[in-house]
Amino acid sequence: MSQIEKLIMQPDPAALESAVSVRHISKNYGPVEALRDLSLEFPRGQLTSLLGPSGCGKTTLLKIIAGLLEPTSGEIEVNGRKVTGPGPDRAFVFQDFALMPWANVIRNVGFGLEMRGVPTSEREAIAERYIRQVGLAGFEKSYPHELSGGMRQRVGLARALAVDAEVLLMDEPFSAVDEQTRRKFQEDLLGLVQNENKTFIFVTHSIEEAVYVSDQIAILLPRPSRVHEIIRPSSFRNKGVDNIRRDPEYLDIVDQIWASLRSYVE
Amino acid sequence: MPRRALLLKLLSAAILFGAWEVAGRIPVSYAFPTFIDSMRALLEMFADGTMIAAYAETLKPLAVGIAISAVLGIAIGLWVGLSSVFDWLFSPIFVVMQAAPLAALIPLLVLAYGIGLTSKVLVVCIMAMPVIVLNTSGAVRNTPESLKEMGRSFLASELSIILRIIIPAASPVIFAGLRLGISAGFIGAILAELKITPTGVGDIITFSRSIADYPSMYAAIFSIILLAVLFLNLLEKVETVLFEGNQRGYVSD
Amino acid sequence: MIVYGYRLPGMSSLLLWGLLWEIVGRAGLTFFVPPLSEVVVTLFQVLGTAAFQKALFETAYAFVAGVAAAILIGIPVGILMGKSRLLDELLLPWVNVFLSAPLTALVPVLMVLFGFGMKAIIVTTTLFAIWIIILNARAGVRQINKSLVEMARSFGASPLNAFFKIYFWAALPEILGGVRIGIIRAVKGVIIGQLLISIVGFGALFELYSANFLMAHFWAVLIVLFALAFTISEFLAYLERRVSYYAAKR
Repeated sequence: MSQIEKLIMQPDPAALESAVSVRHISKNYGPVEALRDLSLEFPRGQLTSLLGPSGCGKTTLLKIIAGLLEPTSGEIEVNGRKVTGPGPDRAFVFQDFALMPWANVIRNVGFGLEMRGVPTSEREAIAERYIRQVGLAGFEKSYPHELSGGMRQRVGLARALAVDAEVLLMDEPFSAVDEQTRRKFQEDLLGLVQNENKTFIFVTHSIEEAVYVSDQIAILLPRPSRVHEIIRPSSFRNKGVDNIRRDPEYLDIVDQIWASLRSYVE
Repeated sequence: MPRRALLLKLLSAAILFGAWEVAGRIPVSYAFPTFIDSMRALLEMFADGTMIAAYAETLKPLAVGIAISAVLGIAIGLWVGLSSVFDWLFSPIFVVMQAAPLAALIPLLVLAYGIGLTSKVLVVCIMAMPVIVLNTSGAVRNTPESLKEMGRSFLASELSIILRIIIPAASPVIFAGLRLGISAGFIGAILAELKITPTGVGDIITFSRSIADYPSMYAAIFSIILLAVLFLNLLEKVETVLFEGNQRGYVSD
Repeated sequence: MIVYGYRLPGMSSLLLWGLLWEIVGRAGLTFFVPPLSEVVVTLFQVLGTAAFQKALFETAYAFVAGVAAAILIGIPVGILMGKSRLLDELLLPWVNVFLSAPLTALVPVLMVLFGFGMKAIIVTTTLFAIWIIILNARAGVRQINKSLVEMARSFGASPLNAFFKIYFWAALPEILGGVRIGIIRAVKGVIIGQLLISIVGFGALFELYSANFLMAHFWAVLIVLFALAFTISEFLAYLERRVSYYAAKR
């Protein structure tokens, strides 16, 4: 199947340098084809959402980029280097947070650094900085069960930021938190994209969320998964977090995406 | 509320011991001493040192057997949980052992190893080990996948994943297995002393029964049950202190 | 384990262990381990003997009576504990104590109270099984979805109706789980009882075999016992899975 690329109101994508390239990735689970010949570019310093109905393989693709799953064929390049497994250039934020319940916040945040052999005092200093950055100052010694769902995901985020990877992989990070917390997260995420010079790859099943936070949205369709469409919202990004949801372009894109996805919803 | 809980605990103890006392006074059976008589016998045996000497004897096979079961059981359990080959090879044995009345092996153990310490230690081991192995291996297998993925994505080595993620994640269930194993070990130790040769507390029980000194017999039984329960509670306390995060359930719930 | 893409059945390694047993037996390393084949031949001889059948019958009788008592007393007590806070607080500490207490120590008491025979073995079996049955029935009642109870009340169910139509069924998966573990414990209890009161059932049989050094006979009876225990436990686990099917959907 050929890929249809539709670009809306958009600067020339060739001008953007790719941080992550996905080339002809296929993934089969036995006879089941999860991904077929999927190619996609992720521009540096921007946030790209992978959006699609459940079962469209977006998490599979993210885990292949992370090096947690092996593709059946095709290859991934991060900054021009081929991916063969997890690496220091990528950090993962998990849907279910994946916090260690026996370790307090500072140890959870410092885990990635610990695995890189960073000495304890330095590790704790870095961890404390990021705990403060995600707004959890004062909770360093708390255990995960003492935190709310939103706070737990902030720990997961701090852990990913602490290793200072160039690429942040986020697997439906806000799906397990309540609506208000989720909105706050989305605003904070926009700030992060702006201030940190990192590339974000963001899996979500929420259309509004994808349009709200993304520089580029890749719509994936299922069975077998392929990229259906790439949308690059452009006009409302600089209008301030409070105005995005009433911007006409925002509303148009939400409607347009729903129009192309509705036939895939059971 | 803790006041109410404490009061109710005391009340519940008073009811049980009171019932014991009343039943002993009626008496429901010639072989049923009162609670007060039994406690007096207990104090007397502690005072004249019989009880201390008996426990020194009883705790020997118990301590050795539990130590062996714990170390070996957790090691085998980890191994079985981590390797599918060893899982296939060893799991069925422990599953059968867990379901089977292993006490039936005792006559055979006596034939093979005599009536000494070895047999008694082995009895404790066969009772305590299966549940320790099965709990450990099950817990290791059930480590949440996302925690292992988290470890890999943050570049943990295989060894780090085992030491820093799998074992801590499994430790609550391993501890639960240890408690069950120790409880079964107590059953084994007493069984060995009653069945193989009367020594230690088993000797007090058997001897006082034979001379119809029922208060002493009940006192000895009371003391061993008390010891087992206290020891298991102590272990639980130690666990809470050592592994602060353990009883908190999983964060991904 | 998967070999060349083929999944080996879970218990298939027992064949390998059986083979090892045969080799050890044939090699004559120890008098206590006769070859498996010899044990199996003996097994079929033993099955026909009057002594074995008597032992099996006596054991089954004590086991069934003990388990029945444990279930008939344990489940109602557990349900009541789950429903009444006062009763729960009074009984729970003792249930927990007896759950982990070395019950073998109580057998001599049972022997003097109930005599050297069947009755003491039945009570031993009950004592091994009952505590976990109580605890699970209690846990089953306590986890019942509140809205289910409110639903019954809003549709006008009487307390008795609610008890049988709601509480029992809603707690059934946990109750069955407790019965399964209780029965496995009861198997151990009935054997321990017979070993200590060794004039009845398999206890007497083991005495006979070990006194005469009949190793093959001994192992044959052990195999029968272990196989029976394992079958019972697997069958109950199967029943429990059938029930937890609906439990998972509630």
